[in-house]
Amino acid sequence: MSTATRPSAPAVPEAARATRYLRIFGTPVALLGVVAALYLYVDAQDLDRIEQRSLNAEYLVSRAVQHLSLSAVVVVLILAVAIPLGIVLTRPWARKAAGPVLTLANIGQATPTFGLIVLFAVVFMTWGVHTIAIVAFWLYGILPVLRNTMVGLEQVDRSVVESARGMGMSRARALISVELPLAVPVMLAGIRTALVVTVGTVALATFVGAGGLGDVINNGIISSRDTVLLTGSVLVAVLALFIDWLAGLVEDLFRPKGV
Amino acid sequence: MPDHMIQLVELTKSYPGQSEPAVDALTLDIPEGEIVVFVGPSGCGKTTTMKLINRLIEPTSGRILLNGADVTGSDPDELRRGIGYAIQQTGLFPHRTVAENIATVPKLLKWGTERVRARVDELLTMVGLDPAEYRGRYPKQLSGGQQQRVGVARALAADPPVLLMDEPFGAIDPLTRETLQNELLRIQREIRKTIVFVTHDIDEAVKIGDRIAIFSEHGRVAQYDTPEKVLSEPADEFVADFIGAGASVKRLSLTRVADAAVATDWPTVQRGEQPRESDREFLLVLDEGRAVEWLPRRDGRGGLPVLNAVGPDHTLYDALNAMLTNNSDVVVVTDAEGTYRGTLDMPAIQDLIHADDTTSVPRRATKGEVR
Repeated sequence: MSTATRPSAPAVPEAARATRYLRIFGTPVALLGVVAALYLYVDAQDLDRIEQRSLNAEYLVSRAVQHLSLSAVVVVLILAVAIPLGIVLTRPWARKAAGPVLTLANIGQATPTFGLIVLFAVVFMTWGVHTIAIVAFWLYGILPVLRNTMVGLEQVDRSVVESARGMGMSRARALISVELPLAVPVMLAGIRTALVVTVGTVALATFVGAGGLGDVINNGIISSRDTVLLTGSVLVAVLALFIDWLAGLVEDLFRPKGV
Repeated sequence: MPDHMIQLVELTKSYPGQSEPAVDALTLDIPEGEIVVFVGPSGCGKTTTMKLINRLIEPTSGRILLNGADVTGSDPDELRRGIGYAIQQTGLFPHRTVAENIATVPKLLKWGTERVRARVDELLTMVGLDPAEYRGRYPKQLSGGQQQRVGVARALAADPPVLLMDEPFGAIDPLTRETLQNELLRIQREIRKTIVFVTHDIDEAVKIGDRIAIFSEHGRVAQYDTPEKVLSEPADEFVADFIGAGASVKRLSLTRVADAAVATDWPTVQRGEQPRESDREFLLVLDEGRAVEWLPRRDGRGGLPVLNAVGPDHTLYDALNAMLTNNSDVVVVTDAEGTYRGTLDMPAIQDLIHADDTTSVPRRATKGEVR
């Protein structure tokens, strides 16, 4: 409740604007730099046939596409379950279930993914490798989105919701046009976490034979070719950071004005 | 049209697990076009009662009649769109502009865009905010007082006959609060709504209310009467305690100078003219209609400037305060433009404050001494 600030006044000081530009353009430039350095390094090596089998454009692109599509399916499933569940668990009539459900989600994240995926592969052999990978990573990534949806909705000022209801908005209307928009910043932070975590953990899909950039890393380990291992690791890291950067832009875009 | 806009009949709210109900069989009639203030200590059930009216809290038993119609079983969302609602901390939507906030109920009622826009500008003007400057702002770009004005405008948006206000000025600094109270009274003179106003501040209740309902506990009303009656004849010890010391002084703020009999017989003289003979110690010097100086009748002492004159919108409390500040028993009264109208003295204030007393003690003797 400070004194009024005019919207026309220079809103962003020079320093803050510089930081902002650095955040928007700095990350992709740095990531491109890393990839370029990696390319130059690999190009300078004398690759044997085993290395060549992993380190060619066709193979790398196909693994990257696998990696991204697997991640995308997992994240979509996470969002489709965690957001509605988070909304339901913050309604007064379902609040009692919040504790047990959060505990379950916690267990999902606390269990080492590697253990989870291997366990699934052994127990649910009939499912097929992709299903096993997807279910394991899905369980692992639910928690940040679920928890942030709940926290985001709960931190909305009660008086704002009450005034919405007091003016004759239905429960659904108040949820859609007041509660959710005000919860969006916190929810997006959770979604961003889930994205990065998923892109990182999908590297483990290789161990059940579900592909992805983990294959490149695994090839490097099995064949003791450090160049291959390095390439796989750097690509996974670059991909995760790139997705994080994208999500950051989306966060900026969807943050409600005035908040 | 019934005289009573809101009727509460045997209204009860009890919560499971609590031995005593929060509101216990409350029956209360709220007349149309008046401001009724619910006042009482924390936990007395005043806010609960107010929320029972628009059914933000559903009653356990009893009935609510709005404009003669029983609304106890009607659709609560529909009901609330017809009742303005303003609360402490404003409850403004931080992610929506001032205009969008005010347009909330009109949009729920599916008004056309043009009609909504015109209404928003009209309301902003009414609450004293320039539409061109403020309609596009977000709540956090406003001061606390401005936010509260927007809150009131939003509550009035669809022109509801009834307005519920839950401690709307509770979190505002005293100076701004007084301004907002005055503006609410000014707006109410134009719009004549039925307003239920909840506060814990008896001074605010006395100032704002046409009637005051003093809640003791469990939604029991200890006294429901005009501020004058509540202050002069508290129904029981609880009410007397709640009003606290200084009930007589509080009554001074109930009467505006405009409604007081102003004496016009004080000897005056135009600036530059020779003073006339008079029995008063001082003459008032007028300059182009304004009182500027108290001029001593006799010796050659210089005049004293006229300070702290009161206008028609000041209260007798302000007049008394001016007298005490000036160390004088008389104060100059002007009209809204500052033109001299007359004078008001201490005995006149005493007369006014006791004019409607049925049990008056003799006090003429004291009055003589003051003069």
